[in-house]
Amino acid sequence: MSGFSPEQLIDFTYLVAAVLFVLSLKWLSSPKTAGHGVLAGEIGAALAVGATLFNPELVEYKWIVIALIVGAGVGIPLGMVHMTAVPQRTALSHAFGALSATMIGIAEYYVQAPNVSKFGMTEIGLEVIIGSLTFTGSVIAAGKLQEILPQRPITYRGQNVVSLSVLATALILALILVMHPEYTHLFPVMVGVALIFGVLLVTPIGGADMPTVISLLNSYAGLSAALLGFVLNSKILVVAGALDGSSGFILSVIMCKAMNRSFANVMFGAFGKVQASAKAAGEEKTVRSANAEEAAAILASANKVVIVPGYGMAVAQAQHKVRELFDALTKRGIDVKFGIHPVAGRMPGHMNVLLAEADIPYDRLIDMDDVNSDLPQTDVALVIGANDVTNPAARTDASSPIFGMPIIDVDKARTVMVIKRGMSPGFAGIDNPLYYLNQTLMLFGDAKAFVGDIVRELAGTSHT
Amino acid sequence: MPSDFISNLFVFILAGFVGFEVIKRVSPLLHTPLMSLTNALDAIVVVAAIIIAGKQQTTLSTVLGVIAVAASFSNMVGGFLITDRMLRMFKTGKSKKS
Repeated sequence: MSGFSPEQLIDFTYLVAAVLFVLSLKWLSSPKTAGHGVLAGEIGAALAVGATLFNPELVEYKWIVIALIVGAGVGIPLGMVHMTAVPQRTALSHAFGALSATMIGIAEYYVQAPNVSKFGMTEIGLEVIIGSLTFTGSVIAAGKLQEILPQRPITYRGQNVVSLSVLATALILALILVMHPEYTHLFPVMVGVALIFGVLLVTPIGGADMPTVISLLNSYAGLSAALLGFVLNSKILVVAGALDGSSGFILSVIMCKAMNRSFANVMFGAFGKVQASAKAAGEEKTVRSANAEEAAAILASANKVVIVPGYGMAVAQAQHKVRELFDALTKRGIDVKFGIHPVAGRMPGHMNVLLAEADIPYDRLIDMDDVNSDLPQTDVALVIGANDVTNPAARTDASSPIFGMPIIDVDKARTVMVIKRGMSPGFAGIDNPLYYLNQTLMLFGDAKAFVGDIVRELAGTSHT
Repeated sequence: MPSDFISNLFVFILAGFVGFEVIKRVSPLLHTPLMSLTNALDAIVVVAAIIIAGKQQTTLSTVLGVIAVAASFSNMVGGFLITDRMLRMFKTGKSKKS
């Protein structure tokens, strides 16, 4: 051991932690091994934090200990939130991550300033700009998800020009600081402008686009941590940041594909504000509706049922009633599956977590692509609180704003039942031709109450 | 260009590739726990924050470092906690009690 300095031993521990982080994500590939994944991550993090406390550069521990206690005090309640609140919790944790990276970047700048090398300033400038905009952007996203801020996109004329000019200003200020490190008074201005850009970036984005935005902010948070690793020459930060950044990036791409949209369209398109005119043109169309008794009878006579849940189900807190329905149908020997669209819910994978929380076995939760190959052989497709992701206009109507978006083909099932409060269009404000098809039955009412009624009807007829 | 930059870039690019290959294989079922887990891993920024907070270079750097320690450590604790809670909810039909 005598050959190693304390710094080298700490670095060696960091290397072990980095390997554990990679293993942690590898084991997350399947629910069977995912538990080991969390454990590997926890051990890696504990080793890294523990080793850091032995860093000989540390002279004062009091404030570190207080900060760790405060952090744990904030983190534990945030780790205990209800599953419906996970998207806003996640947005908030992107904000905390970005805040932390930004604070360190700023501290590092003022320790060095004004003797910052051109190269060092480039790194710090980029790191602080990305960190700052991720911080405010994530706070706004969390506010929208918590419904403190309006979920509807907030837009005005010339918005994109204004937003991009603000970003350009921040970058120009960084460039000036690279050229003239002595203009230290510009640094806080640059931070302020980047903070404003984060607000402008997320404010115009609507609630339905949140899965993409949250993934993109995840990617930025990772990038800011990796850049901080460059600034401080810390490999463990580079590794963790690269892993987090690539994860956010992959999820953003998946979300964009699931909505058939580009990044630029999500960020600058302000989806879901118009389309009122498209609806007015349609003639009076008729829908068929059914009550709980009829719905229960149809479900009871089916062999294969696919349930397609959307965020409306979570809003109505109906997932536990849906579990009862699942149990009642399964008991009768009916094959029940759940068809999960990638953007169902408010963040990637959200719907799976909500259903898993309600004790629905995960092998019944089926991806969009797999469930679509099942739907032509399905007797009943039951749509609960989902709208746009079942809209057949995405396949057939080239003039529809969602044309080309991959959907769950519920219209291919023999019978479609849709639980819905009324005929109002979905989040994107687009009319859904599914409701006017011959095989479609509308079940009007609150999702939780209606599913409860169906379960009661099924129980009542089970002995006859 | 400092030589540190090149070695950091090496690490960044390779870690990015590993991340891409590993995360690509994560089932869509677990995308929410994936995000909370990567969040917790990203909170390793706390090690840099601890050093800034404990070095006592300037008052400003100490204050910023202390804020950073609290913010990132709350992510680390909360991120692992919620990931663990979520994963415990994922059960197969057979392992269910009923």
